[in-house]
Amino acid sequence: MKLEWMYWTPITAGFFIIIALMLVGMGVWEVIAPSIERRRFLPISTTRGDRFFIGLLCSAYINIAWVGLTDWSLWFALPISIVWLVIVMRFG
Amino acid sequence: MEKWENNKAWFLVVPVLAFVAFSALIPLMTVVNYSVQDILAPGESVFVGTEWFKKVLHDYRLHDALWRQFLFSGLVLLIEMPLGILIALAMPKKGWGVSFSLVTLALPLLIPWNTIGSIWIIFTRPDIGLFGAAINSLGLAFDHTRRPLDAWITLMLMEVWHWTPLVALLAYAGLRAIPEMYYQAAKIDGASAWSTFRYIQLPKMRGVLTIALLLRFMDSFLIYAEPFVLTGGGPGDATTFLSIYLVKIATGQFDLGMASAFSLIYFLIVLLLCFVFYQVLQNVGKGARI
Repeated sequence: MKLEWMYWTPITAGFFIIIALMLVGMGVWEVIAPSIERRRFLPISTTRGDRFFIGLLCSAYINIAWVGLTDWSLWFALPISIVWLVIVMRFG
Repeated sequence: MEKWENNKAWFLVVPVLAFVAFSALIPLMTVVNYSVQDILAPGESVFVGTEWFKKVLHDYRLHDALWRQFLFSGLVLLIEMPLGILIALAMPKKGWGVSFSLVTLALPLLIPWNTIGSIWIIFTRPDIGLFGAAINSLGLAFDHTRRPLDAWITLMLMEVWHWTPLVALLAYAGLRAIPEMYYQAAKIDGASAWSTFRYIQLPKMRGVLTIALLLRFMDSFLIYAEPFVLTGGGPGDATTFLSIYLVKIATGQFDLGMASAFSLIYFLIVLLLCFVFYQVLQNVGKGARI
């Protein structure tokens, strides 16, 4: 199957592979230890999957804000996003 | 008896997954790929990183389109919600009038969206349109193709005519679901019409009104066909909303990289709003006093 029309690049392929691996990981984690809905610092009750979605969505916004508001490399936004994702997953 | 799980049912989900992959996931991946490249010709591209995102985020026309979009959605809600409730309150509760008003109200909802644009173009034309010519004959200059305010008025009139019936129908359904004993109790207490509305009807319609609000906000936020047909985004950029601007970049300028970066940002805005609205919908009625 030719995929030239999709204009893949190694970076975007890596991006999607990491997202897919994270989703598979979350799926396996859910099967091994089903999550229980809870409420901490986020204003809504969330499951583990909800917090993962919120963390990823916020990470996308952090990266967009970084591109829009600064001239620094986007690599600096990566650790911030990861730290935020961990905070939401652990304490959200 | 020993319990066992039959996981074969999961295979029934496969067709849906395949459909979603072809209709949403693969196009979305392609858009992400486009957004980091400059497509020079078919099969010829250059990796540009986040350049398109930078350009889009600093594009003042996009900022203007975004604020215009929020203004439009805000005005739509401010007009359609109270008007829809008023129409629902005025509708008959029994007899032949119920069917008549329901069918009449549903008519605008049945017309294809681009046809609605065409209808309103003719209706508001200053030379031959009934509305446009009537306004002009009163001595008021009205031309939605040249004056931004007139274009907005026309667009709002069209939007209100098209979608207020949906709010009215939902509100009517909510009103009809209120048991008669509530009204009897209000009557015994000597409640005024306003008090009955404020303390019985409005709280009881809360669920359907929330759904109406969310539907109308999302629909108006993604609007494309009607303003595209009616004004084409003009005069100037006066009615260029996000989706119209996006199509201008993608198919007008054929700037696929920039259009893709724009699409992803638009997608993120819609995704965030959907999530917030979904949470609001899930929590409607929870902790309510009524």
